[in-house]
Amino acid sequence: MGVNEPGSSTAVAITNIVKRYGIGDASVLALNDVSLEIQDNEFFTLLGPSGCGKTTLLRIIAGFEQVTAGVVHLYGEEIEQLPANKRPVNTVFQQYALFPHMSVLENIAFGLRMLGKGKAEIESRAKQMLDLVQLGGFADRRPAQLSGGQQQRVALARALAPAPKVLLLDEPLSALDLKLRQAMRVELKQIQEDTGITFVFVTHDQEEALTMSDRIAVMSSGELQQIGTAHEVYEEPRNKFVAGFIGETNLLDVTVEEVRADAAMCRVGDGAPIACSVAGNTTKGARGHISIRPERMSVSKPKRGDKLTGIVDRLVYLGTDTQCLLHLDNGTEITVRAQNAHESTLGVGPGDRAALNIDAGAARLLVD
Amino acid sequence: MAAPGSDIRRYPGFLPITILCLVMLYAPLIIVMIYSFNDSRSITSWGGFSLRWYEEVFFGLEAAKFKVAALNSLFIAVMAGITSTVLATAAALAMIRGGSFRGKPASFALINLPLMVPEIVTAVATLIFFSTIGFTRGVATILVAHIVFCIPFAYLPIAARLQGIESVYEQAAMDLYASRAQAFWQVLMPLMLPGIISGFLLAFIISLDDFIITNFVKGAGVETLPTAIFGAVKQGIKPNIMALSTLMLLISVIFVTISYFVGKSGAKSSQ
Ligand SMILES: Nc1ncnc2c1ncn2[C@@H]1O[C@H](COP(=O)(O)OP(=O)(O)O)[C@@H](O)[C@H]1O
Ligand SMILES: [Mg+2]
Repeated sequence: MGVNEPGSSTAVAITNIVKRYGIGDASVLALNDVSLEIQDNEFFTLLGPSGCGKTTLLRIIAGFEQVTAGVVHLYGEEIEQLPANKRPVNTVFQQYALFPHMSVLENIAFGLRMLGKGKAEIESRAKQMLDLVQLGGFADRRPAQLSGGQQQRVALARALAPAPKVLLLDEPLSALDLKLRQAMRVELKQIQEDTGITFVFVTHDQEEALTMSDRIAVMSSGELQQIGTAHEVYEEPRNKFVAGFIGETNLLDVTVEEVRADAAMCRVGDGAPIACSVAGNTTKGARGHISIRPERMSVSKPKRGDKLTGIVDRLVYLGTDTQCLLHLDNGTEITVRAQNAHESTLGVGPGDRAALNIDAGAARLLVD
Repeated sequence: MAAPGSDIRRYPGFLPITILCLVMLYAPLIIVMIYSFNDSRSITSWGGFSLRWYEEVFFGLEAAKFKVAALNSLFIAVMAGITSTVLATAAALAMIRGGSFRGKPASFALINLPLMVPEIVTAVATLIFFSTIGFTRGVATILVAHIVFCIPFAYLPIAARLQGIESVYEQAAMDLYASRAQAFWQVLMPLMLPGIISGFLLAFIISLDDFIITNFVKGAGVETLPTAIFGAVKQGIKPNIMALSTLMLLISVIFVTISYFVGKSGAKSSQ
């Protein structure tokens, strides 16, 4: 198959990848049967806690690690036998790995030089990249003379300069402070859209993943948990891990009362049945959990007939929101968030009895 | 800053012990340096300032002998320094970048053995070795012996430097389409260079002032500076020996200083 032929819109295809470091008892299973497809021109994010195998997967695509089993295709071509320096893929390393003995411009020109491009082309392309990352005046500096944010930009420009088919970014923003990180998110996304290069972005920061990605692959302990858009992984988590890792959530034990085409009626304790969207298959009478986001619930003074009630433990003022920690009568701890937008008050204070109200469509049933 | 309790200056007797150590170490050197400028022939009484002994070193009766010895020393030190540095660099690359291979601890021990074995033992063993294989003793035997015992001295700074260079730099180079050779020569080598220069300078100095092994393996009539000085001293210490010693000390100090600054600038640029 040809590279980049029209119609082959899959940039990277990972099929049943297993990666085991070491042998015997001391071995670590870093990736366990991971399959996913990354589309051409996509901003694709690998999201998961530290140690879940994100870097390993990235290094497999880059060609720095051999798979134990499985295949990797790049634009339809199997790249197993291709060494790192023959793959049209560039990496922005977590610690940038800028060459300390070269100037900023020489760093950016390195890839082009290795590709054997002409002097004039190298020069103009490197300058163009410098401008792209807004470091026009820093061409002759050494990396050690730059701030962390500037080094990060140089690393980005260096990796983009040879116009790779796929750009791999390993937690590139994690060493920056919050303000800079937020600004870089927007800028990275902009650069991805402008260049049209497929980005594979690794992060453990769910907010980062949600703000930039076209699609997110959520990983945990070497296994893929869910792939979807930001909206999908947040609103329709497939399991408890995804629900808990992306954003905050509350889990309530439920019994399934009734199963419909795309929803289920579930009962919390002896309360009224709640309509839930369902991840996977379930049957009547099954036990499970529902996940409800803190912002999709409210507390109020209890009225007669309210079944979901408890005692307010604490109110925490968070600026834009107020967080209410509620201790339900059945023992479950619940977090509710209310916006401080209006003059409204929660109407309850610490130690008061309160009723918990769940917004329509807010509950999602997770089958274990 | 050190916590007040652990400040070394608070230990009783610190000052006298320090002074004693410094005097023991440096008083002889300072005396030699001072008396190398003595106008008198005596090595115990001061007869005014003069440079006559330096003149004697370069133009006196023994000047020719010292000149040959000095050239021998220089030639051997440069060649032994270069060769052992190349070997030590290869060894460091294998030990630190070569992954784990069978016999790695043994290789490490082997490389560093000359540091542990008493020099006189090495000297005798080397002499026996050369006699057994029927090698004519001369500059070549000295050179071979020097290369061998200089390797660990060159190895130490090179290995230390390489250990501090994360392999992500080479990976970044390969990621940017460099071949293995290009990644080595254009990225790893420049980063290792301060360590390699330090290693070379150390090996050079160690070779330059070696006496014991040289004295065993040199052929009759072949002299290096240290053996020539020893030969001259056997006939009584003359102030020109002090002048010569002072010159050698000066060269050593210059080289060690260069080595120090090269190491320091290397550490700075790699941050
Ligand atoms: N070179 C290696 N040798 C042995 N184990 C490794 C190696 N690299 C990573 N691991 C292990 O593999 C797992 C996944 O690591 P990694 O891919 O770095 O995770 P992440 O990038 O998500 O933090 C971890 O348990 C880690 O300890
Ligand atoms: Mg990682």
